[in-house]
Amino acid sequence: MTQNNREPLVEIKNLTVEFKGKGRVPFRAVDDVSFNIYKGETFGLVGETGSGKTTIGRAIVRINPTASGEILFRGQKINGVVPKELDREVTRKIQMIFQDPMASLNERAKVDYIVSEGLYNIKGFTDEQDRQAKVSKALLDVGLLPEFASRFPHEFSGGQRQRIGIARALIMEPEFIIADEPISSLDVSIRAQVLNLLMSLQKTKGLTYLFISHDLSVVRFIADRIGVIYKGRLVELAETEELFEHPFHPYTRALLSAIPIPDPRIEKKKKVLVYDPTCHDYSTDKPKWVEIRKDHFVLANDKEIRQYQAMAG
Amino acid sequence: MTEPILSVRDLVVKFSLRGQILTAIRGASLDLYPGETLAIVGESGSGKSVFTKTWIGMLDANGWVDSGSILFEGKDLAKFTREREWLTIRGKKIAMVFQDPMTALNPLRTVGMQIQEALELHQDMRGEQAKARTIEILSEVGIDIPEVRYHQYPHEFSGGMRQRVVIAIAVACNPRILICDEPTTALDVTIQAQILELIRDLQRKMGATLVYITHDLGVVANVADRVAVMYAGEIIEYGTVDEIFFDPRHPYTWALLSSLPQLGIKGQPLYSIAGTPPNLFTDIQGDAFAPRNPNALKIDSVRRPPFFQVSPTHYAKTWLLDPRAPKVEPPETIRALRSKYERYAQ
Repeated sequence: MTQNNREPLVEIKNLTVEFKGKGRVPFRAVDDVSFNIYKGETFGLVGETGSGKTTIGRAIVRINPTASGEILFRGQKINGVVPKELDREVTRKIQMIFQDPMASLNERAKVDYIVSEGLYNIKGFTDEQDRQAKVSKALLDVGLLPEFASRFPHEFSGGQRQRIGIARALIMEPEFIIADEPISSLDVSIRAQVLNLLMSLQKTKGLTYLFISHDLSVVRFIADRIGVIYKGRLVELAETEELFEHPFHPYTRALLSAIPIPDPRIEKKKKVLVYDPTCHDYSTDKPKWVEIRKDHFVLANDKEIRQYQAMAG
Repeated sequence: MTEPILSVRDLVVKFSLRGQILTAIRGASLDLYPGETLAIVGESGSGKSVFTKTWIGMLDANGWVDSGSILFEGKDLAKFTREREWLTIRGKKIAMVFQDPMTALNPLRTVGMQIQEALELHQDMRGEQAKARTIEILSEVGIDIPEVRYHQYPHEFSGGMRQRVVIAIAVACNPRILICDEPTTALDVTIQAQILELIRDLQRKMGATLVYITHDLGVVANVADRVAVMYAGEIIEYGTVDEIFFDPRHPYTWALLSSLPQLGIKGQPLYSIAGTPPNLFTDIQGDAFAPRNPNALKIDSVRRPPFFQVSPTHYAKTWLLDPRAPKVEPPETIRALRSKYERYAQ
């Protein structure tokens, strides 16, 4: 499938997000980032702590205000000042799943309230009976029992709590879900269950995901396309296997080389590449966003483009 | 074979929680050989942290060693009761690196002082001499401009650098055994690789014995000579790293390896272990993994399996290895593991 005949659900154009710190100059967490997320796909965003991957997610759900650039959802601009009608629609259609199910659930509220809080906000139910029916359905969808609604979060294990977090997002009947490190704080065996749940929900409900993670082996398994972000800038973007087979940017190469592989024969003689940001000479020759191979984009200047093209053969 | 440096036999550890007794370690035995790197793997709650904490007397106040022995340098650590006894071992002979470098360091004291404290306490160093050694250690763990860093506080360090400081404290006294409890879980992959390399270099220099506690099998493949798999407070299988990855025998080891996302096939559900780990408040009959094991035998729910020998270095606690047991093949993913990376392994 080429990108041209796919329908973009979310378009991010020259997005910049800044935080005002102590100094005069605001800190630029996201710097001129552009990419599209197509309907029905899972877009993986990877990068190290502090790279700005979470900030992009939060900018899309409009928790973080944007400094410049545009975020379009189904062709409509959703950042900055937004008409009330659209605002309500976006609040419902874009949902987020958070990293730590221990911290992201209100300890004092029952599951019933936690799951339906979003509905209260947008008055998304006709009567009490309708609300309860929706809660039961959302819990069943994530593999929990409707009876759990009357319990408190502390009564659940980490995996179950993450399911509650997913139910809370699903009840809004979203089209687009931002999953921010949804399995990082879970145990290995539970990870597989939650990943499987996310995949089957995508199939049955036609969801589109932005999957934010620093764990490349998980992203490789779940994502259709991957964007690599370093210090607020998108440095490479390609379809998953394409990226793993032909990484161009030195940061991507370093990141891929560091993934642990469950095979002692490889791990024992592994050479980890270290990324040195000073290897780019951008003083006169400025980098731009270019397509090196089909649907494979890299941030590079003219000299690097020639180098990468030679690598691509 | 060489003499073990530490030898644990039939260790039982219990905790008293809200008036109930929880058995966290249910008869675990392990030999640790000098100079080796052993990885202990298992899910959270399997007891891997508690198990190693008994070697340095760091169980929480509501926990105790109920029976069994921990032999180290001719002493039985399981019999230790007083803090003064532990001070001759903890930090000095057996040291530990904790998972979260943010909580392991004191935020109110400079990094230099925290390392120096270990030297003054255990190495009998004082003043300028201790300071000079501290700066030396800081540079050994890869911290630039150690003279300046010495005077800084933990919040002025990044996560990876903080973990280097924690490692510096642990290695300050040249311990014979270094226990690393999930040392890289809180770190980025690129930093993780650097920390693993650092620990390996230090081990080579000090000649210490390393114990890694982790749930990340990729890390295990990287660091370990031998692997012990823990489940519900028991060591259920151990062997060399090659034996555990390419010839695992216990159904739980199969399940653990199969649920790795690296082994998943895109678009198909990943293998996941059904059910939940057993409740350790109750007495467990037979094989603790049996309720989650699709191939469980009748005897699994009646009698706890003993260790069966697979090779001189490889043992597993499963009735499947009994000569009378039916032949059960490991799942396809396990057999694929070896060939999966074949082309990269050359």
